[in-house]
Amino acid sequence: MSSVAQKRGFGATLWDWLTTVDHKKIGILYLLGGGFFFVVGGIEAMIIRVQLLTPNNDLVSAGIFNQIITMHGTTMIFLAAMPILIGFMNAIMPLQIGARDVAFPFLNSLGFWMFFFGGVFLNISWFFGQVPDAGWTSYASLAMASEGHGVDFYAIGLQIAGGGTLLGGINFLVTIINMRAPGMTYMRMPLFTWTTFVASAMILFAFPPLTVGLFLLTFERMFGANFFDPTMGGNTIIWEHIFWIFGHPEVYILILPAFGIFSEIFSIFSRKRLFGYSAMVFATVLIGFLGFMVWAHHMFTVGLGPTANAIFSVATMAIAIPTGVKIFNWLLTIWGGSIKVTTPMLWALAFIPTFVMGGVTGVMLGTAPLDYQLHDTYFVVAHFHYVIVGGTVFGIIAGTHLYWPKMFGTMLNEALGKVTFWFFFIGFHLTFLIQHWLGFWGMPRRVFTYMDGQGWNSANVISSVGALFMAIGITIMVYNIIVTSIKNVRVANDPWGDGRTLEWAIESPPVFYNFAQTPLVRGLDTVYIEKMEGNLSGITPAEPVQDIHMPNGSFIPFMLSLGLFIAGFGAMFRTEEPWGMAVLIIGLVWTFAAMAMRSLKDDLGFYVKKEDILKDMKRKGGQK
Amino acid sequence: MDLNKKFTPETWPDHPEKATLEAKNKFVGFWLFLGGETILFATLFATYLALKNKGPSGFKFSTQELFELPLVFVMTLLLLTSSLTSVYAMYHLKNYNFKKMQLWLAITAFLGLGFLALEVYEFVHYIHLGFTYDNSAFSSAFYTLVGTHGFHVAIGLVWITLLIFRNSKRGLNLYNAPKYYTFSLYWHFIDVVWVFIFTVVYLMGVIG
Repeated sequence: MSSVAQKRGFGATLWDWLTTVDHKKIGILYLLGGGFFFVVGGIEAMIIRVQLLTPNNDLVSAGIFNQIITMHGTTMIFLAAMPILIGFMNAIMPLQIGARDVAFPFLNSLGFWMFFFGGVFLNISWFFGQVPDAGWTSYASLAMASEGHGVDFYAIGLQIAGGGTLLGGINFLVTIINMRAPGMTYMRMPLFTWTTFVASAMILFAFPPLTVGLFLLTFERMFGANFFDPTMGGNTIIWEHIFWIFGHPEVYILILPAFGIFSEIFSIFSRKRLFGYSAMVFATVLIGFLGFMVWAHHMFTVGLGPTANAIFSVATMAIAIPTGVKIFNWLLTIWGGSIKVTTPMLWALAFIPTFVMGGVTGVMLGTAPLDYQLHDTYFVVAHFHYVIVGGTVFGIIAGTHLYWPKMFGTMLNEALGKVTFWFFFIGFHLTFLIQHWLGFWGMPRRVFTYMDGQGWNSANVISSVGALFMAIGITIMVYNIIVTSIKNVRVANDPWGDGRTLEWAIESPPVFYNFAQTPLVRGLDTVYIEKMEGNLSGITPAEPVQDIHMPNGSFIPFMLSLGLFIAGFGAMFRTEEPWGMAVLIIGLVWTFAAMAMRSLKDDLGFYVKKEDILKDMKRKGGQK
Repeated sequence: MDLNKKFTPETWPDHPEKATLEAKNKFVGFWLFLGGETILFATLFATYLALKNKGPSGFKFSTQELFELPLVFVMTLLLLTSSLTSVYAMYHLKNYNFKKMQLWLAITAFLGLGFLALEVYEFVHYIHLGFTYDNSAFSSAFYTLVGTHGFHVAIGLVWITLLIFRNSKRGLNLYNAPKYYTFSLYWHFIDVVWVFIFTVVYLMGVIG
């Protein structure tokens, strides 16, 4: 099998993408899927801001407003931010450690299709007119009272998508543990690989509680279980604990990979080694650990008692320490560097003050007595948008610009990138800075409208105008993507000119086996070391050119996920529709048949022949 | 390396479960998966402990009068013994003795099936007493915790049955050795979870 590009029909291309197990293609699929849901969630955000533009607005009813805020939060967290980050992990991390693929290519594909079908399942609720409306946290007392199948769509959709994420987490962990190139010790791994590692470990331990929580919710709504119903001896607070034991680590799962992307950007565009590398690694691990110790700070007003509140308050504030270590290390990386303010660097520079503001309001909210004042006000909304947008979304957009040439082989337009930045950056602060004051002035979150004469009118107008700016910024970015894709100017290995890690030493996009010869890693920023010593290819091979073992593509992941998708509908309409039970059984049998097919057939992969590799190497005139 | 290569007991590697990169990945990945499963069961245990003996007003069931240790003791014996027989199977895996390995795995499966049958009997018995799934918070939490474990046993039985049949003609090789090995890890894990269920649910239920 040769990697020489051939013209292929639409059908063959589609089949290739449906069956691919190549981590780079799966990365692109995650980016496309996540990007689509990002736009969906963005439209929901715009509707929220238009509804709140004026007092007593009746653009949407209270019920639909609840559905929109629920779907906005759920979509942005589970279907946009996480998949896009997992897309970058897929596309870049194996290249950074010098691997030819991830540890479980089949599971990687399965993870993507489970996320995709889970996301579609969740959003199909709009067409049934029964949309989740209990908030993205879906607190049990609200979820139990929710009529129709909205919350069932939430529970089953997230169950499917969450399963995919868990597979992804295990996959990345094993890839990093087992498949690093010779010489790539843990303390030579690029920061993005480190943050992928820690975020994956957090996924592994945070998602099982979500799985259990969603099952309990499903059982309670569908099979008459009584976990959360106080009249039957249940306890509604159990859901809150389980959800936040998952939910708090989840926000660090979102932010850590963004930290990793920024660390790469600061180092590349300051043209300096990352300052305090080992402290950065330690801080990452510490944040990952402390992330599991603070969940009850979401529940200060539940009444767990002063002792519990005090402990969780202190633990929450402790997280500011490793985060502060990171902030100072980034600043000191820039310090004295030869800075190039490219689009990714612009986002990274804006990220520091923005994220610090979100961090400071986080410490304010972590102060239990103050939280009693601020709980459920717009101050909270402002806080978590400052960290999640100012951290994760800034990181995602910066990463999109940074890694676009590596993933697609063509650069995004820098001028348009900067226009995107200024619109989004100004729009972001317009939208959310004022919301701190809205919170102080007493505006509760999640209200569908408000009365005139409370002093909230102009603040809400400012906020809505800012949202429009952000939408313009994103539209320009989409335009940028389309235009540059059509022009399709091909770029070399290292289009930014200052790449320091292995992904920048191979062509853009890389051949499907990534490295013709596994590289020998001689230190942190190994490509930089090689170049400084006059090796312009950036890579010292660790092995002669030889046959390479690669995995086969498979259609089973798609079919398996489709089976779960079908079973989900059956489970939901099992009792009220005559076809419900049949569909449930068909879906489960389908799923099981796909699993059995995978198990019963040997899948040994194939070998890329040495001659073909030599031919590829000659064609691109790269490493000798 | 050719994964379908035929071996003799002399050429068979000492650690067939991690002789190839794929096998090593599977080995590490499955341990990590069991880490996640631990958290899953921990969450269910916490829920059970919070809801133990809780029900609507006038609720008459409690752990003390519901559970009968002799039955649970027999179930425990069956499952613990099945863990031992799976160790024998792994011993034969390492010695490249395919037939004996298959035999011990079949015995493991039968013991597991016995356990599952008793669990079904136990549940049916409780339901006849009126202790149904939707009867109270306690019953929901009990059936969910113990039932999730039982479901894991059932999955394990399907898994090992498929493995025994799919490889009956292939014999042992480095492609399927890790499959057997991960099954045995899974089976031990289920056993450990049962030890906790036996202690926390049944022993502490009857004595505490």
